[in-house]
Amino acid sequence: MNTGAQTIRTGVRDWADRTVTFLAIAATVIVIAPLLAIFAYLLFKGAASLNLDFFTKIPLPPGESGGGMANAILGSGILLGIASVIGVPIGIGSGIFLAEFGRGTRLANAVRFTADVLNGVPSIVMGVATYALVVSPHIKWLPFVGHFSAMAGGIALGIMMIPTITRTTEEMLLMVPNAVREAALGLGVPNWRSVLSITVRTASPGIITGCMLAFARVAGETAPLIFTAFGNNFWSTNLNEPIEALPLQIWVYATGPYEEWHRLAWAGSLVLIVLIVFAVSLVRFVTSRGVLKGNS
Amino acid sequence: MGVGIEVTNLNAWYGTNHTLQEINLNIPANHATALIGPSGCGKSTFVRCLNRMHETNPIARVTGSVKMGEMDIYAGAKPVQIRRRVGMVFQRPNPFPTMSIYDNVASGLKLNGYTNRRVLDETVERSLKKAALWDEVKNDLKKKSGASLSGGQQQRLCIARALAVDPEVLLMDEPASALDPVSTSKIEDLIFELKSQYTIVIVTHNMQQAARVAEKTGFFLNGRLVEFDSTHKIFTNPSDKRTEDYITGRFG
Repeated sequence: MNTGAQTIRTGVRDWADRTVTFLAIAATVIVIAPLLAIFAYLLFKGAASLNLDFFTKIPLPPGESGGGMANAILGSGILLGIASVIGVPIGIGSGIFLAEFGRGTRLANAVRFTADVLNGVPSIVMGVATYALVVSPHIKWLPFVGHFSAMAGGIALGIMMIPTITRTTEEMLLMVPNAVREAALGLGVPNWRSVLSITVRTASPGIITGCMLAFARVAGETAPLIFTAFGNNFWSTNLNEPIEALPLQIWVYATGPYEEWHRLAWAGSLVLIVLIVFAVSLVRFVTSRGVLKGNS
Repeated sequence: MGVGIEVTNLNAWYGTNHTLQEINLNIPANHATALIGPSGCGKSTFVRCLNRMHETNPIARVTGSVKMGEMDIYAGAKPVQIRRRVGMVFQRPNPFPTMSIYDNVASGLKLNGYTNRRVLDETVERSLKKAALWDEVKNDLKKKSGASLSGGQQQRLCIARALAVDPEVLLMDEPASALDPVSTSKIEDLIFELKSQYTIVIVTHNMQQAARVAEKTGFFLNGRLVEFDSTHKIFTNPSDKRTEDYITGRFG
């Protein structure tokens, strides 16, 4: 039966349905548009200056044309490697503590609060703090202490990664249904084993996403590196020496007076973004292969 | 083979809530025992006390003794040792979502350190056969995730997973309440098959189910065991008025 009242109500509902769907699509477009615009502009500005030299040569003295950012790309890779080695295990470990072993304890609340505060600390402050802790003290017997170094830069970035990873790990673990934990405990599996092999494994896609977010965030950081990695115009792989990083080089070139530098800064920005997208996609691809289909 | 369970003066608390009061009963070996009663009467808490799952909740507390064969599970033994002898099947099927069917069944052994491929293969096949799931999944053991099965299949997978560690007792907390009638009858057939080899304790809301599968039935009300007797007696001639009221549907 289709009475008049029903037709009107159906009409209103159709209209509401279409409106909400439209709003959702509009919001999506608004989110994606800036990203595409940035990418397009970078391509437009940077692609022209990209050539093989950019990836194989080190910077030339001011005034000379040519040269590249190979040392900065390598340096960024080294810095992010150190940062991940520091940030990922500590971040995941403390996230596991918050969600599993320390749930409800005072220590856990203190750790969670600290992580939230640390998350809000401006990156320049993180740089200054690392400078005070690692670069400025003169303690002879401690390695990497007392001067600018790749290690100091990596430490600054690593510390910045920790709170993001900690909190996403915790959130993701809390989303694992209790039934899964009980299933493991019911089999006579010790709690630590159940946490590592079952709970963390179930939450791993989310935890990996958290690590990639933290990684992408620090990959573009300049401020914490100014007082720590310092920058270096030459090839360096020595963790004890100052090292160049892409964002640092971009910052120096973009604020410099030469047209040639500006072009290289655009190219560097493009490369930085592409490298981040590439690294995130690679990790996602590698880590998603072992996971079975039919559960997402 | 199953063992009998002797429960003496068992009390359990959640915080200040005294959820189980002075429970005494003997669960016979190699039989199925059903526990019935209205929601919140303590029957689930009771089975969780039989494998020390109750205490995984930080505010929970237990006193009294539970003897499983010769061993008092609350005196000296570690919870993980108890839980290896006592399998548990939960209300909602809870296969490990990231694992294949094979890994789900093998998980109890693997996570306790067994790695011998041949032993694992054999155990997986034997457990799935016991759980009457082998024929349905034998071609997809490592290809499909446990979570991709239907609800009834998932529950039988969980039973196979519990059987794989070779327990003596099988606790089932409303194992069919989330399943359709066909899957439910498969689970009941399974309980019928398994009870010759294991001591089975099954919590159920479904009184016909208790009558169909169990030799003994206990009726819980407000944290106390009101009556425990042969299933036939409970359903035809209960000695307590409250049991009669419950099974005739006057409350609960």
